[in-house]
Amino acid sequence: MLLLALDTATPAVTVAVHDGERPRAESTVVTRGGQQGELLAPGIARVLRDAGAAPADLTAIAVGVGPGPFTGLRVGLVTARTMGDALGIPVHGGCTLDVLAWASGLAEPFLVATDARRREVYWARYADARTRTTDPAVGVPADVATSEPVVGQGAALYPEAFPAAREPVHASAAALAELVVHRLAAGEPLLDPLPLYLRRPDARTPGPRKRVLPADHPAPA
Amino acid sequence: MADQPLVLGIETSCDETGVGIVRGETLLADALASSVDEHARFGGVVPEVASRAHLEAMVPTMRRALSDAGVTLRDVDAIAVTAGPGLTGALLVGVAAAKSYALALGKPLYGVNHLAAHVAVDRLEHGPLPQRCIALLVSGGHSSLFVVEDAGRTVTPLGGTVDDAAGEAYDKVARVLGLPFPGGPPIDRAAGDGDPAAIPFPRGKANDGTLDFSFAGLKTAVARWVEGRERVGEPVPVADVAASFQEAVVDVLTRKAVAACRQQGVDDLVLGGGVAANSRLRALAEERCAAAGIRLRVPRPRLCTDNGAMVASLGVELVAHGVTPSDLDLPADSALDLDVVSV
Ligand SMILES: [Zn+2]
Repeated sequence: MLLLALDTATPAVTVAVHDGERPRAESTVVTRGGQQGELLAPGIARVLRDAGAAPADLTAIAVGVGPGPFTGLRVGLVTARTMGDALGIPVHGGCTLDVLAWASGLAEPFLVATDARRREVYWARYADARTRTTDPAVGVPADVATSEPVVGQGAALYPEAFPAAREPVHASAAALAELVVHRLAAGEPLLDPLPLYLRRPDARTPGPRKRVLPADHPAPA
Repeated sequence: MADQPLVLGIETSCDETGVGIVRGETLLADALASSVDEHARFGGVVPEVASRAHLEAMVPTMRRALSDAGVTLRDVDAIAVTAGPGLTGALLVGVAAAKSYALALGKPLYGVNHLAAHVAVDRLEHGPLPQRCIALLVSGGHSSLFVVEDAGRTVTPLGGTVDDAAGEAYDKVARVLGLPFPGGPPIDRAAGDGDPAAIPFPRGKANDGTLDFSFAGLKTAVARWVEGRERVGEPVPVADVAASFQEAVVDVLTRKAVAACRQQGVDDLVLGGGVAANSRLRALAEERCAAAGIRLRVPRPRLCTDNGAMVASLGVELVAHGVTPSDLDLPADSALDLDVVSV
């Protein structure tokens, strides 16, 4: 088995190759937001080279399906889907919050909270690193404030709501790969590579047309 | 034939997901998925809605193109993709997809300019482009005149709109007349029953000696005229307004296109972009080019609007002339300059 894993749902553009036993190579670049489009493909080329593998050697792809800012999230999803299409191999999805939870290794209840912008967080609750107890959601930090440990960038951004910050801050593709390898081995179901947007597109139906004539404009002859 | 480059083109700059496959000058596939119906109720393209649709349509559209062309990805010599200009989030989906295919298959990648591709598509319809020609590109996002040399590999801007694009004016006037989005086709249809000389709408910048356009004043003049009628309770003669508006747009477009040919000493004019599918623009351009001794090239309407075949067609020229491919860190550039043909 040779799994390519990638996630672009947090500010980290992260890629890894995993052989079913252990990660063979990883590349993670933390951005200030944006740049997934420029960084992801070179990152894939780099980890393949570091792993001594060609694209045709890959047997499966794993992709973080978010939730996360839409534009970056889509770069990861379309890359994974098209690469799966080009190579004729399966593409599995993993919830990005689960990836952060997995990497935390925590054995106690905690929260994962990531940056959803607009002063909100994407979040979910966990009983331990492998067990999510709520569906991924989006909301204001004050509504999900907790004194329990909090994994992800949400804790760094909103310390008043989440005082007990824990590592990691961003997703890692090596953790995604481990999670997917574990679930495949355990026969547990994996997600389809469909984006978890959790918000509808910003779009308003137009109101009545704006008039160009002033209200007191004389009628034309 | 088989030694001519086989290029796959991906287009996602606005609301059409296009995958085209071209060998040399032969169009093998032109698969398209449009999200236009999802934007209609918003009266314009909603970028996030378009981007979501591109992600869902990308692989199915690719599969359809390959099956229509009867080729496999392995047969392809290069992948070309629109790198800009366009909507950033929409462009990013196509650019990421193109990189992924190029990387997985070990094929060269070409990030190309959407506007140059609109011109290069005419190779598929009328054969090789002349060594030097003028292109008039009119769509919802652009109204530009430029000189095209070396079959689309060199592009020099001559003029463009200073405010609204022509297609944008069509959309806004359609709204004033209670016609659906996008405004081009319904206005073209309504105008067929109207008198183009009924209302003397202004021709912005028509005689200013430049090769620039302005359509904002025209759009406002139409709205004022229609509101004036509504205010006194008189019915709005939709066909006459549509015909008179359309005449004002295509009059200026064709007049300046002919002036550009004269100014540059060029005898060939290529029309492209969604508005080039307009029946009155095609007719008046034919009439004026014939009178001025200019050879006119207009692709069929299906190739005037956005599609993947135009990107593949430009890609063939780049491959055939040994242009250096793009790197995997190729950015999507929403404001890509007109004179940058490949990135
Ligand atoms: Zn276009």
